[in-house]
Amino acid sequence: MHRLLALIGRRLWQLLPIIVFATFVVFSLLQLVPGDPAVTLAGDYASKERIEEIRHLYGLDQPLLVQYGVWLLHAVQGDLGRSLLSSAPVVDLIAQRLPNTIVISTYALILAAAVGIPLGVLAATRTGSRIDGLVTSIASLGVALPSFWLAIILVIFFSLTWHWFPATGASSFMADPLRALWHATLPAVALSVGVIAELARQVRSALIEVLNSQYYRTLRAKGLGPGAMLWKHGLRNVSVTMLTLLGLQVNRLFSGAVVIEAVFAIPGAGSLVAYSAINKDFPVVQGVVLVLVVIVILVNLAVDILNALLDPRAAA
Amino acid sequence: MSLATAIVPPPKRSRLSRLWRWMKSDPRAVLSIAYLAMLVIVSVMAPVIAPYSPTEQDVSSLLLPPDGAHWLGTDDLGRDVLSRLIWGAPNSLYASLLAVSVAIVLGVPIGLLIGFIGGWLDDAVSRFVDALLSFPPIVLAIAVTGALGIGLTNAMLSVGIVFAPVLARLVRAQTLVVKNALYVDAARGFGASTFHIIVRHIVPNAIQPVIVQITLMLAIALLAEASLSFLALGVQPPAASWGGMLARAYNYIEVAPEQMYAPGFAILLTALAFNALGESMRVALDPTMKRR
Repeated sequence: MHRLLALIGRRLWQLLPIIVFATFVVFSLLQLVPGDPAVTLAGDYASKERIEEIRHLYGLDQPLLVQYGVWLLHAVQGDLGRSLLSSAPVVDLIAQRLPNTIVISTYALILAAAVGIPLGVLAATRTGSRIDGLVTSIASLGVALPSFWLAIILVIFFSLTWHWFPATGASSFMADPLRALWHATLPAVALSVGVIAELARQVRSALIEVLNSQYYRTLRAKGLGPGAMLWKHGLRNVSVTMLTLLGLQVNRLFSGAVVIEAVFAIPGAGSLVAYSAINKDFPVVQGVVLVLVVIVILVNLAVDILNALLDPRAAA
Repeated sequence: MSLATAIVPPPKRSRLSRLWRWMKSDPRAVLSIAYLAMLVIVSVMAPVIAPYSPTEQDVSSLLLPPDGAHWLGTDDLGRDVLSRLIWGAPNSLYASLLAVSVAIVLGVPIGLLIGFIGGWLDDAVSRFVDALLSFPPIVLAIAVTGALGIGLTNAMLSVGIVFAPVLARLVRAQTLVVKNALYVDAARGFGASTFHIIVRHIVPNAIQPVIVQITLMLAIALLAEASLSFLALGVQPPAASWGGMLARAYNYIEVAPEQMYAPGFAILLTALAFNALGESMRVALDPTMKRR
């Protein structure tokens, strides 16, 4: 337990510069807007007085690093400013939208792990076979497939032709989990395909490496059965790789979710960031990007810690 | 195989026969190159090849199914879908090339510099690169596009900025490997300048994985362009783009679902071609990788 705490502390310390840089990038988004940030934040048709008021309110008359510090201090306390469009607190908007994104992303990740990892294992244990060729081809296809196009094709068949799943919308997971999953199925399937392809590929190559290693050959020479070898030694050795891979997919899932949410008209964090970017609602854009990047960083921290528990060598 | 064929001396390999052997050994690469060459020709010749103007509207023929006059039908404004598909090619290629060029211009020098110099500069920039890589790429690209202003060029600038850290990290790692190689030590011993070492030794030896990554990146950039144009952040109407065509047609999916197929296949095939080319180059350039 003590070792674990020390590990978490060490990882957090290593993460600190990354968190500082990442938050600074989010803060700097506003600086990328051509022209005066105060004019941007005041919105169209703002009076001169209003612009000056905004400049003072947001501390835009302060040096950049001071602005960053103030922004970060507010953000840490849960104050991400207000939407320029609806003047609702950004935190409230994100709280409304984020659960839908989390549902489809988690659903997609589970689907991808359930399909992608076995496919990778299947291909690795039969290298050069037809199954291996098939898995490799599916993986190549999956990586190149635009997920939103797949989503549209799914809608054509599963919603409009066969009426199995709804074509649009989402429903609250807390209120009615089954209904929420029913709504999330097509989006999650579309979202998972790229991840399945990536997982199958990477698990295949990681496992092939283990299967070709010296100690694995020794085990076979000692007469261990193939099943026991694969489960006790082969898969155990790639489990750390698999966890790391799964953690890295969160990034990809959030990226995909933006477009998938647009296809299915899901009120999620992704559709919120796209809508806000088009309508120049920068506090909302910054807020969503910040929350998503923090989730990505935390998930990978959790993966790191789990890995250390699974494999003491990784704790170093 | 009979004895007679076995004793025939190996043929002298001319350049042409080497090309032929390569084409036979890697049909996937040949197909990809052929497809991409066709795409480039279509892009350049779009004004000549396209049967109609991509933007001319015809209110008397809205959302027509494919027929003899309009091979892929017409869209909701009566524009010829095939012509828009053809005009979408140059936009998509331009977008991919622009994004990847931006990534190269930003990422490669930074990777070389921090890899070569090392020290605190490397530590600081590497953490910054790690931070950028933590962002979901499309989400960050959307945010940057929103800030810079909506449009294809800004969207692809954003995608390039988002991709740059991937290249920076790769080039840094490659530079570290080569920097400590014996022959670089030897060159230094002979009094070679830093510039000479970077240009003559580091770049040529570190470049191969970078070329592979760049090819694969073209596919990701293409998919990113399609996504951003689908979200109306990329190509602006009335200009044609495959992602934008899908977005527009999606509003009429119940009336004309067949319009969803052609632009999607165009994106898929092009991304597949870039990926296949990248994979083939990885195999061809890597002497340790066994040919399957």
